[in-house]
Amino acid sequence: MDTRTDELPRKSKILQALEDQNTSVSFDDPLENEMILNMGPQHPATHGVLRLLIRLDGETVTGCVPEVGYLHRGYEKLAENCSYHEFIPHTDRLDYLSPLSNNTAYVLAVEKLLGIEAPPRATYIRMMISELARISSHLMFLGSQAMDVGALTVWMWSFREREKQYDLFEKIAGARFTTSYTRIGGLAQDVTPETIAHLKKFVDELPGHIRECEKLLNTNRIFLERTDGIGVITRERAIDLGLTGPGLRACGVEHDLRKANPYLAYNAMDFDIPVYEGGDALARYYVRMDEMRESVKIIQQILQKMPSGDVHAFKPKKVLPRKERIYTRMEELIHDFMLVNFGVEPPVGEIYSAVEAPKGELGFYIYSNGEGHPWRMKIRSPSFTNLQSLPVMIHKCMISDVVAIIGSLDPVMGEADK
Amino acid sequence: MGLEHVFGDSFVTTKIDAAINWCRKNSVWPMPMGISCCAIEMMAFAGPRFDVARFGSEVFRFSPRQSDLMIVAGTTTYKMSKVVRKIYDQMPDPKWVIAMGACTSSGGMYRTYSVVQGIDQFLPVDIYVAGCPPRPDNLINALMKLQEKIQRGESKGSFPAYVGEAKLNQPQPLPIITG
Amino acid sequence: MNGVVLDKLKNRFPDAVLESNEFRDELTVVVPKERIVDICRFLKEDPQLQFDLLADVFGIDMYTPTKRFGVIYNLYSLKNRNRIRLKVFTEEEDLKVPTMTGVYGTANWHERETFDMFGIIFEGHPDLRRVYMPDEFEHFPLRKDFPLMGIPGSLSLPKK
Repeated sequence: MDTRTDELPRKSKILQALEDQNTSVSFDDPLENEMILNMGPQHPATHGVLRLLIRLDGETVTGCVPEVGYLHRGYEKLAENCSYHEFIPHTDRLDYLSPLSNNTAYVLAVEKLLGIEAPPRATYIRMMISELARISSHLMFLGSQAMDVGALTVWMWSFREREKQYDLFEKIAGARFTTSYTRIGGLAQDVTPETIAHLKKFVDELPGHIRECEKLLNTNRIFLERTDGIGVITRERAIDLGLTGPGLRACGVEHDLRKANPYLAYNAMDFDIPVYEGGDALARYYVRMDEMRESVKIIQQILQKMPSGDVHAFKPKKVLPRKERIYTRMEELIHDFMLVNFGVEPPVGEIYSAVEAPKGELGFYIYSNGEGHPWRMKIRSPSFTNLQSLPVMIHKCMISDVVAIIGSLDPVMGEADK
Repeated sequence: MGLEHVFGDSFVTTKIDAAINWCRKNSVWPMPMGISCCAIEMMAFAGPRFDVARFGSEVFRFSPRQSDLMIVAGTTTYKMSKVVRKIYDQMPDPKWVIAMGACTSSGGMYRTYSVVQGIDQFLPVDIYVAGCPPRPDNLINALMKLQEKIQRGESKGSFPAYVGEAKLNQPQPLPIITG
Repeated sequence: MNGVVLDKLKNRFPDAVLESNEFRDELTVVVPKERIVDICRFLKEDPQLQFDLLADVFGIDMYTPTKRFGVIYNLYSLKNRNRIRLKVFTEEEDLKVPTMTGVYGTANWHERETFDMFGIIFEGHPDLRRVYMPDEFEHFPLRKDFPLMGIPGSLSLPKK
């Protein structure tokens, strides 16, 4: 019998516990598992609020689910409650990199529904501002694609050019950025000869500045390795997924709404459509750079051929009358009152009108039942459809290529989320 | 800061306070929460013409842990509000918020079912900037007013110990920036 | 060109063309919802017509007692450069339409958007969930009986 009876059981209890304890350790091999990465809505490189859930095997992407909707502002429901004129400022905020292009697209749709046409001078000026908007959007693409890949200088240079364009927009429309310049039946106001001279100077100098940026990028080995062969999509898959715009033209499909279904006065202009094979990020870059040069050509032709005349159509019951006539004449006053309060009243019917926006095919479907505001308006936004092809493009690419591919696709979330 | 508890409201503390606030105001590192169109004007504000780097905001840190100012630029929807709040909570004190544009101040031109009518419903805001979108000059004006606010040692959202004891519980007038 | 398309469609599917009209040079055809997939497949694969790009799929709420909801398909032919619009109507009690994802891959997200906004269920869709509104949202915004300002309490905000 031991005298330390109270100690012994405690000690043996401890020893027993040590023997019982399962000290074998097992780990999951981290190289055997796949990781799900959330490239969240707030990210420097996702061009707005786009969320990507990426499944990674090491550094290679094996699957991707994009999630949109973080900027859904309810445009289509708003359009059912606004008159046709009141919706024009909302169209600025759709593709906010080229607001003048959206303005033109919308008023072309409403004019198609009403069956009226703007006068020739207004048509030419609308073409001019659409091409300026295209240059503005592609300059932003250049800057952000280069920045995503690592070249920060090009971003600064393209923003310098964009600031010059903002000065021009201020002279033409009164606002830098959200212009709301077009009206149903014409434009808000005419352009002055000084503005035309300023525009001519800008457009003559632009190809030189683009050439400077290209000298930094086109033969740069880092840029080529980061974009060549990255984000490939085949031609059949692109058509099946509804990709339009520069993405489709980089796959070898020669499709541009300015040549296929000409609107405004594009069939009087002489320009080419750049088409490249390959379907990768580098081809999309080349397409957009060439498109900028073609836009410069179109603007130079417009400046030569610009007709003179009025920029408002004279259709009293459909087009807002001029301010000086409202203040002095009775009929215009009443027409203005009716148009602002009850809206333009188009015939019953439905139309769909599409233009070639910088990002792709921007279409407006309007169903009208005769009232001053649409019964249903659907905005066919190119970025929403283009984003569907993102999982196909980033399949089997590295995680660092995801950023370059999103940049080459150039989505704008204000348009994708409406 | 804990110095008040050691020295009381003495001359030395006040001078250190002023010096620290001077350092803070001249090196505000913004975290741009660029959501929609105002983000483009914010990029222009950081761009070559309206260079904001000369005000000390050299780096636009996209990481909340390394920044002290959050510029919310763009329409905030209900779906996005949780994300904005999460990022705001991750920022260390002292922190300030600029609500840029009409959409963040009051919902803007979108009176619809999915847009939050003003981010001050879920975030404490220091400066409201009007405009749709506000010009970059306007945003620089807002930054300068914020710098004056920092010099006075005020912050709406930071932990109250940052705010000097004399200023606690006093209503401060909100600066209104018009274009 | 619109006349050629309509004649071919009527020859191939004699009882499927319920209504057709042409407004501002655009052809609109109303078809029954059971035949829509076959009709689109015919329009896509026919060598003369070749409508290979699906531009848009969306819904419309006519707010009538019968045939309240419609789904509209917008097709474009890259070769012939013309468009056609197909419309399909359903009742409010039976909101099911067969999916187009087997014929055109781009219909995936467009049909999700139509489900999100109107509540129309597409049978056979691989992944039918909401795309714009948060997943727990219970209403369908673009219906005519949903108010513009929304229903208070339907969406939550984080606490201040």
